[in-house]
Amino acid sequence: MPLSDKDRIFTNLYGFQPWNLAAARARGDWDGTAAIIARGRDAIIEEIKNSGLRGRGGAGFPTGMKWSFMPKSTDGRPAYLVVNADESEPGTCKDRDILRHEPHKLIEGCLIAGAAIGACAGYIYIRGEYAREAKVLQAAIEEAYEAGLLGRNAAGSGYDFDLYVHRGAGAYICGEETALIESLEGKKGMPRLKPPFPAAVGLYGCPTTVNNVETIAVVPTIMRRGAAWFASFGRPKNSGTKIFCIQGHVNKPCNVEAEMSIPLRELIERYAGGVRGGWDNLLAVIPGGSSTPLLPKHICDEVLMDFDSLREHKSGLGTAGVIVMDRSTDIIKAIQRLSAFYKHESCGQCTPCREGLGWVNRMMLRMVEGRAEVEEIDLLEQVTRQIEGHTICALADGGVWPVQGLIRHFRPLMEERIAAYKARQRQRLAAE
Amino acid sequence: MSEQPDSFAFDAESEAQIPKILARYPAGKQASAVIPLLYLVQEQMRRQTGSAWVPKAAMDVVAQRLSMPPIRVYEVATFYYMFNLRPIGRYHLQVCGTTPCMLRGAEEVMRACCDAAGVKGPGQTSADGLFTLTEVECLGACVNAPVLQVDEDYYEDLDYDRTVALIEALKRGERPPPGSTIGRQGSAAEGGPTSLTEV
Amino acid sequence: MAKVIVDGIEVEVPQGASVLQACEAAGKEIPRFCYHERLSVAGNCRMCLVEVEKAPKPVASCAYPVMDGMKVFTDTPMVRNARRGVMEFLLINHPLDCPICDQGGECDLQDQAMAYGRDVSRFTETKRAVKDKYVGPLIKTVMTRCIHCTRCIRFAAEVAGVPDLGATGRGETMEVGTYVEKAIASELSGNLIDICPVGALTSRPYAFTARPWELTKTDSIDVLDATGVPIRIDTRGAEVMRILPRQDDEVNEEWMGDRGRFSFDGLKRRRLDRPWVRRDGRLVPATWGEALEVLARRFRGRVGAVVGDTVDAEAIFALRELMLRLGSPNLDCRQDGAKIDARERAYYVFNSTIAGIEQADRLLIIGSNPRVEAPVINARIRKAVLAGLEVAHVGPPVDLTYPHRRVGLDTDFLEGAARPMVILGRGALARPDGAAVLARAWELARPSAEWNGFNLLHLFGGQVAALDLGFLPGPGGLDLAGMLAGGVDALWLLGADGFDAARIPPGVFVVYQGHHGEAAAARADVILPGAAYTEKDGTWVNTEGRVQQAFAAVVPPGEAREDWKIIRAASAALGVTLPFDTLAELREQHPLFALRGLVRTPLPDSPPGEPGPISDEPFVLPIRNYWQCDPITRASPTMAECARVFAPAAAPALAAE
Repeated sequence: MPLSDKDRIFTNLYGFQPWNLAAARARGDWDGTAAIIARGRDAIIEEIKNSGLRGRGGAGFPTGMKWSFMPKSTDGRPAYLVVNADESEPGTCKDRDILRHEPHKLIEGCLIAGAAIGACAGYIYIRGEYAREAKVLQAAIEEAYEAGLLGRNAAGSGYDFDLYVHRGAGAYICGEETALIESLEGKKGMPRLKPPFPAAVGLYGCPTTVNNVETIAVVPTIMRRGAAWFASFGRPKNSGTKIFCIQGHVNKPCNVEAEMSIPLRELIERYAGGVRGGWDNLLAVIPGGSSTPLLPKHICDEVLMDFDSLREHKSGLGTAGVIVMDRSTDIIKAIQRLSAFYKHESCGQCTPCREGLGWVNRMMLRMVEGRAEVEEIDLLEQVTRQIEGHTICALADGGVWPVQGLIRHFRPLMEERIAAYKARQRQRLAAE
Repeated sequence: MSEQPDSFAFDAESEAQIPKILARYPAGKQASAVIPLLYLVQEQMRRQTGSAWVPKAAMDVVAQRLSMPPIRVYEVATFYYMFNLRPIGRYHLQVCGTTPCMLRGAEEVMRACCDAAGVKGPGQTSADGLFTLTEVECLGACVNAPVLQVDEDYYEDLDYDRTVALIEALKRGERPPPGSTIGRQGSAAEGGPTSLTEV
Repeated sequence: MAKVIVDGIEVEVPQGASVLQACEAAGKEIPRFCYHERLSVAGNCRMCLVEVEKAPKPVASCAYPVMDGMKVFTDTPMVRNARRGVMEFLLINHPLDCPICDQGGECDLQDQAMAYGRDVSRFTETKRAVKDKYVGPLIKTVMTRCIHCTRCIRFAAEVAGVPDLGATGRGETMEVGTYVEKAIASELSGNLIDICPVGALTSRPYAFTARPWELTKTDSIDVLDATGVPIRIDTRGAEVMRILPRQDDEVNEEWMGDRGRFSFDGLKRRRLDRPWVRRDGRLVPATWGEALEVLARRFRGRVGAVVGDTVDAEAIFALRELMLRLGSPNLDCRQDGAKIDARERAYYVFNSTIAGIEQADRLLIIGSNPRVEAPVINARIRKAVLAGLEVAHVGPPVDLTYPHRRVGLDTDFLEGAARPMVILGRGALARPDGAAVLARAWELARPSAEWNGFNLLHLFGGQVAALDLGFLPGPGGLDLAGMLAGGVDALWLLGADGFDAARIPPGVFVVYQGHHGEAAAARADVILPGAAYTEKDGTWVNTEGRVQQAFAAVVPPGEAREDWKIIRAASAALGVTLPFDTLAELREQHPLFALRGLVRTPLPDSPPGEPGPISDEPFVLPIRNYWQCDPITRASPTMAECARVFAPAAAPALAAE
């Protein structure tokens, strides 16, 4: 049974209705917010834990547990909520829809989450390119202030909470939570060493929780409809609904909120008009944004779109950016372009990432041409292993996994390309 | 670097913004305002010169205003790629070239930009100074690929012809409404949404 | 304490220690590039990776805190592979130009490549090239060699307090530098060369002059300020090739000032390398015999002696003994006329000690700019400030590199401080009301038996020894001003270039003993060529009263001789032969020479100086041109270039040209 519209959280995902407060209230936002907050920190965290909500920013860490790491009593330092709206993972554009079409779900979620973690204020760090989205969000926040939903005694809850928008300026790495904090503090977005974790030492040295936009925006609905309702979708430990971004070689690319654990094929065919040229024309799918290794068609036939199922196939749900590639795709080039992306976005701090991703991209550029030796595929693989797991943050891991996935599933194609190049070279020599 | 002006000062319009920006951050944490102030600089330069960029002299002004060592501002200005460190054309054509857009024809959009704007390639500015072309990384509008960002506006679902038409319109001084160029509503599927049909 | 097991060896380290420290405690050497124990932890080079039980990935040991019962492995396949990988990445864009790199032979990257490098590169792509940066006359940059460890950035921001360096751009195009062309305006900039683990930052004056393995290393002391930084003089043959700091946690940690490090080229210029005597109004070259003969004949009547600021204790002592035997009480070592009260040692030393700065909670600096008078001490103050020390300053506005408020001598700033501290500049005493300033400073410091926070900051390495040896007017004796006011017929200047020689009245017979020919030598009737600090075994006492030993690294040029020997020879010519023939015999004559290291000074019963009115006249700081303030640095082309670049207004025209 496909997810019915009444079980969709983001009912204005596409922006057919206005984003404003009046329209948001009509959709059910800001309904009984004070009563939700009145249930208390522990009860909110418990409800979210029971819902099985896992972070929607890529890593999938249980949200309730993350909130429970925040200190229960203050040592004098304030605590902060930081919302990660730096959506930059190639293949991902779900938060954009929330920011521009459902900002009040996010704002209400910030207030509830802020209350749950004892934060005095929240900052929404939005990627710089989303200039129009930032304007909508800012306007929505101003609306909320005017309506008494933020600031002193926010939404009549007796709790004071301020919320600010902070724009980034073009750096994928700022989606890493500690790089985001550094950036928010006015520095380069270079990830911090951990420990200490943000819950202990975060923004301005204070306890901080960083959550993804979608994670926070589903909280009010979970609180209203109950953990059991949310948990009823998807397989255990993979529960809830989720916005998928279906793109690439499909007939009708779109964003859609669907139930977790939906089969990949059903997702593509039900909502995105199917693969261009039919399912059998499918070559591979990158299932969860650019950092997740691709899946060749035979895996796509059966795989379910959730954390555990994709992990079993050495990939991941990531941000649920589903990049579909049909048989016309130069898959080596498609992955090389991702290598270029990660090289471009490396902050430059750690040696393996700074030096290694450039090396990987240069080798990948030659692999696209076939201008390489077959043994260099092994070297490429080794270099990716040499990068993986040796850096402060996971950018480099995400940068090499696509290449590893390519080698794992398309090595014969790479060898063919090399052979073809050599053959051309021989012909050219013979002609001279 | 003769293009670098000797000095920079915030104008009244920028000055009016600064207290509002600083109010967002706790006392003593004014360094948080470095990115917002660099944006102010870039916007002011657009207003004043028609070219949105951040001169070094302005970085020094920002440093002084926020009590930061100038080098810390230089680091920020060079780390975040949305700050243009050299003058650019009146319109900044930013073609997303990352894989999701590439799969749907970003190279055609790039070619159209070169042809219509009269630019040799990425990183170049047209002879008439109207257009600077940049290949940028994922803009986060992947289900509406391929995407071209003109200054702050996203133009989506492009192809060669529609890109040319867009640039011709810009040349005429028009600003076509941003968004899908094939009439899609946001991220909904072409031809009508495939979910939320009962709402 | 936490118990950590490193490769099966159990060690106890404090809670909060890093895994790297635990590994070192267990005797395991951990390779590192970005980690430096005196800088904040960056954790970016990834060379110090180790395996921790139950951790899925190797961890950066420099940044990872220990936990009780943690098991660490420093030599597993996972660790070796990780380090080999990092090393390969560091080398792919490194130019591998070791044969033409001045860091060669003492390069961390070179050393670690021996352990973790491959014999052949697997990297066949084009290497990165980075434009070199101009960062001033002292530091040469070859930025293609940079491995982005950010030590220099952290040193400049944290230790030197001059945040001019940064890393601009990002990813593989990230570049370390100043972004805008700018000389790094720090008196501690030479330390950047030491902390750079590769050949990106090397010494500009030392460029291409020597290889480390061909240098002879001699322990000495930097006497060009009063900090007493222990140094190593690297020589080849008769030439000083470079000077590096040694490490002493109580004195300099591992830093040194640029003046001491880079001024040695002044040791080869304007040297007095033979005796001279004045004949018919002109100085003409002479033999030692002729010079001593003239001296014996003319150094008669009312005689006096003045010692300069960088003279070794042995020479000071020898001259004092000579003057005693000649029956003269006219001695002085205070060329600046500072109203020093030498009745008690605690009145003129840095009682709290340099390391003790970190114990103080409030510091009042009076009439001093420690940044230029003692940059290494200033770095220690800055370190303490970052840890919470509060500072106030009396005197003209100065950039100390740390926040401070400006107050007057009537301040109540130190009231309520648990460990109040005063640093009184020697320059603040060189004025008519100096004795009252001294009394006031002592009063403000409230010294007690438990904590004596009164500190006099001297300016040069020879000043405290001269006071310790009592090179001051004896009963009925004249001070410098008295001697210059016609009180003497003959004057012996031992390295005394610190006052205006034109003040010496005509007709006074002047003996100049020293190593550089400046105005005092030009005024002399006899010049006795002596040895610079690098050229003699000697004893020095720093501003703390720390007794330090230096050794001759090279021999004095030409006919120049060690100073105590000259005085010993002159004593024979004058008919009052001093009772020692060797340095060892000389040292037996005074208890100072039996002391080593810090000599604790008891708290006197009464205060120093003379309480009295203090004029409103602002304090005048004694050093306005850090790079040129003694004969050696004034003769140094490197220092002249620094003065030109950093302090154009303060640089005097070169007198000799």
